[in-house]
Amino acid sequence: MPVNFFPAEFEVVRNSDRCIKCRACERQCSNEVHIYDADFDKMLSRDNQCVDCQRCVSICPVSALKIVPNENAFRKSANYSQQLMIENYRQAGSGGVLLSSMGNPQDYPVYWDKILINASQVTNPPIDPLREPMETKVFLGKKPAGIKKNPDGSIDTHTEPYLELNMPILFSAMSYGSISKNAHESLARAATELGTYYNTGEGGLHKDFYQYGKNTIVQVASGRFGVFKDYLDTGAAIEIKMGQGAKPGIGGHLPGAKIREDVSKTRMIPMGTDAISPAPHHDIYSIEDLRQLIFSLKEATEYKKPVIVKVAAVHNVAAIASGIARSGADIIAIDGFRGGTGAAPTRIRDNVGIPIELALAAVDQRLRDEGIRNEVSIIAAGSVRSSADAVKAIALGADAVYIGTPALLALGCHLCRSCHSGKCNWGIATQRPDLVKRLNPDVGYQRLVNLVNAWNHEIKEIMGGMGINSIEALRGNRLMLRGIGLSQKELDILGILHAGE
Amino acid sequence: MKYVIIGNSAAAIGAVQGIREYDKDGNIVIISDEKYHTYSRPLISYYLKGAVSEDNMKYRPESFYADNNVETMLGVKAVSVDSAAKKVILEDGGEVAYDKLLIATGSKPFVPPMEGLDKVEKKFSFMKLDDVKAVEQTVKQGSKVLIIGAGLIGLKAAEALEHYGADMTVIDLADRILPSILDSEASEIMMNHIKSKGIKFMLSTSVKSFEAHSAELTNGVTVDFDFVILAVGVRPNTELAESAGGSVNRGIETDKTQAVKNVSDIYAAGDCTKSYDITSESERILALLPNAFMQGNVAGKNMAGKETYYFNAFPMNAIGFFGLHIITAGSYDGEAYTEINGKNYKKLFTKDNALKGFILMGNKIERAGIYTSMIREHIALDEVDFEALKKNPMLMAFSRERRNEKLAGGVGNGN
Amino acid sequence: MKRVYVNEDRCLGCHLCETYCAFANSGETDMVKAFKTGKDAVPRIRIEEGDGINFAVQCRHCADPLCVKGCIAGALSVNNGVIEINHDKCVGCYTCVLSCPYGCIVIDYKNGGRTVTKCELCTRNNAGEPACAANCINRAIVFEERGED
Repeated sequence: MPVNFFPAEFEVVRNSDRCIKCRACERQCSNEVHIYDADFDKMLSRDNQCVDCQRCVSICPVSALKIVPNENAFRKSANYSQQLMIENYRQAGSGGVLLSSMGNPQDYPVYWDKILINASQVTNPPIDPLREPMETKVFLGKKPAGIKKNPDGSIDTHTEPYLELNMPILFSAMSYGSISKNAHESLARAATELGTYYNTGEGGLHKDFYQYGKNTIVQVASGRFGVFKDYLDTGAAIEIKMGQGAKPGIGGHLPGAKIREDVSKTRMIPMGTDAISPAPHHDIYSIEDLRQLIFSLKEATEYKKPVIVKVAAVHNVAAIASGIARSGADIIAIDGFRGGTGAAPTRIRDNVGIPIELALAAVDQRLRDEGIRNEVSIIAAGSVRSSADAVKAIALGADAVYIGTPALLALGCHLCRSCHSGKCNWGIATQRPDLVKRLNPDVGYQRLVNLVNAWNHEIKEIMGGMGINSIEALRGNRLMLRGIGLSQKELDILGILHAGE
Repeated sequence: MKYVIIGNSAAAIGAVQGIREYDKDGNIVIISDEKYHTYSRPLISYYLKGAVSEDNMKYRPESFYADNNVETMLGVKAVSVDSAAKKVILEDGGEVAYDKLLIATGSKPFVPPMEGLDKVEKKFSFMKLDDVKAVEQTVKQGSKVLIIGAGLIGLKAAEALEHYGADMTVIDLADRILPSILDSEASEIMMNHIKSKGIKFMLSTSVKSFEAHSAELTNGVTVDFDFVILAVGVRPNTELAESAGGSVNRGIETDKTQAVKNVSDIYAAGDCTKSYDITSESERILALLPNAFMQGNVAGKNMAGKETYYFNAFPMNAIGFFGLHIITAGSYDGEAYTEINGKNYKKLFTKDNALKGFILMGNKIERAGIYTSMIREHIALDEVDFEALKKNPMLMAFSRERRNEKLAGGVGNGN
Repeated sequence: MKRVYVNEDRCLGCHLCETYCAFANSGETDMVKAFKTGKDAVPRIRIEEGDGINFAVQCRHCADPLCVKGCIAGALSVNNGVIEINHDKCVGCYTCVLSCPYGCIVIDYKNGGRTVTKCELCTRNNAGEPACAANCINRAIVFEERGED
């Protein structure tokens, strides 16, 4: 037996005074942590296989379980954390790139938590959203720059194609393949009922979901998986994915094991082959190339659908956004470095990109400065965690926000960040039929609807407090924000004053 | 409309329920020579061993007759039927007119002629409540008992009497016990089980002659006893049907509506009749309580004018002796699949792509009804995963469509 | 009439319905106590497990119930569509086990098989609505009206 360089990350604590040996935990753990031992007449645990997904804890009928971090401690170092040491041990064993999932968990500043929202007092009184109309409807796309007249003198009422949302919230791109069919169905049905959109990600669109096309954003990414005429025609908008906040500068890799029959059909690739999305689009090396793809897609869909260009928030994101705004895109989606992923190299996820708050403020400011803010709408993405974050994002200049992780939380995700294992116990990030089953779309879709409706109620409440009755009046209204504990440089980039100013 | 039912057991109750489904108002009269509220005959052994009170033996609640507006004539014996005049003639000379008549007279003990039987002072049949009440009066701790007949009735009596610490000898002319429901292996297992309770068996023998407290058997052994239980067999009570001119051939013959052949407006149901056994494809007497109820129920519906057929009868038995349970059904014909594990025994009989019968014993009895339904519904074996079903009766082995039909859609009809 | 239905595409085979059923019929108010003191009851619902498929089965409360018709003791009866068992009358002959086409009559091994027991849709315990449906973790088991009588 080789030396085990590092201990189990988690410890399963079972209260045997409560455990009734119903074995539900054993049946529900895809990591085979729990096992009934007939000789001891007891449930035993294999702690080293636990990923802390909390499935067992959640279903235990007698609340006999808890999962806690293993308290075993390496000698403390402020420089070499236990986590870093373990990662090095792991790589010394495997020789491979470390893989992770979901968003960057590292201790970087969360600017949302350093921004405070204003409220009205005495003058410009607050509005009670339960008594007075409160508009959260948003239109995404190019806005007319001014009034144009036809040769006959009448007003030109032509508008560019746009998306209409009942609330400033969309579901982020999550591909069928990275998440399960039941998860996709939940998102599609929820978007339909809410009057907003979900996004196929780079996984194509399963035939069963064409019926939700009016509420679907279809994505075209560097691998072009699943892209064909019907796919483009079915979606309400087309998103060109240039980058992803969780892994800027790299492509994607869905292992062949996850390419089962349905995924293979939907992605239009052979079963069992790895689906590799290249880091760049091999036909895009300039803004002009991007423009070509945008117009190819517009041409293919008869200029009826808005085109979104999604980029990761990187150092020069403002300049990139300016280029995109001039390339003919209708909407820019900016994905911050805390955005989620089904799988990314750990070092990339944890060290590349910049926070969405700073990127968003910089982009909005740049586009205003250049007088092209109306050319595009902006969707902010990459860890919008609550309605308060959404309000702050809109005040910083976003038209709407993408939510990914909160949607997964609604479906049961406990952020164990093991999506890449394909053994998601909640039936979300898996293609194993026995696990996919665990996400009942009837339940999942309702929970998504509930979540977004709840957020929308809160957005109205916060807007009312500020004396604002329309989301349009909040967009870019940075006077409604104040920083707390931020440096002057940070405040300058965010374009906000410090609290007390 | 006046309905007259002769008999007060399962077939009669089935008929009352069948009539009342379609006719709430007609007069119903039940005539029975027993003075009791309807009770379950098979429970008499449980009564004797104290497992059920007389009150709990009631086959239907106390209020049954009132609830169903039934007039009862209990303790009254019908002696003949005048089918021309549509009248039942009673022992006391009285007459009861009917529009529709049901003969549900059951069966009576069959006692073959045995030399010296009249010298035996204490001998009992084991069919009615009064029989066991008489036994109850007689039996004492450690009584010596000779049980003649190793069939269902004799062995149920033995089980009850064991409760009194009786010293019992069971004899039978057959070479094994329960030959009507078990094959020889299962008989052997059951006999050994019963023997382990201290009960003695003497098979392939009969009584040569009786004395008051002993019997000399044809095998030369003499058995002493305090009393005798006569459980050789039963015979259908067909006299009333014969007096009415109905067709009788050992049992009363009926059509699929339970109407007695050869006469009109007279129906018969229960142990006094013959049934068409779908597993052996022959007419036979199926003296079984569930069968009696269902025949009675069908008869009642037809009497009330709702044409209904009874066409899926077959033998079935669920019975236990000293904690070892047996469930059997159908005919033991065709290819056999066998599992034996101590006292746990399973044998399935298949023929012509269908399950025809089974014998289950011990822990093999669970979910037996799934096998029964395969016989009843003529399920084709190539439609199901019979390899899986053989081992464990389960709905999983049926096709998804049939499962959906059973579990989600077609709720409701065992039939 | 409302009945319990199981969607086999949703059933996970976790067997928690059996646990909740046994608890609901135990007469105890605390599940730990019910199981630790041995007062838990025999589950009236049973999971069948197959290759990638699971489903729970329990009494279908047939409109024309063979178990009730066949019961030799008059222990089974229909009350407002619910097939009930009177444990005082049941003698444990198992004719209902023989009759039920769904295999849903349960031999009560907790009392040594002296009687059978069965799902009564939790109408006679404190669960209020069938415990299996109320506690199904994937809403695979539902208690609803589907137009059958």
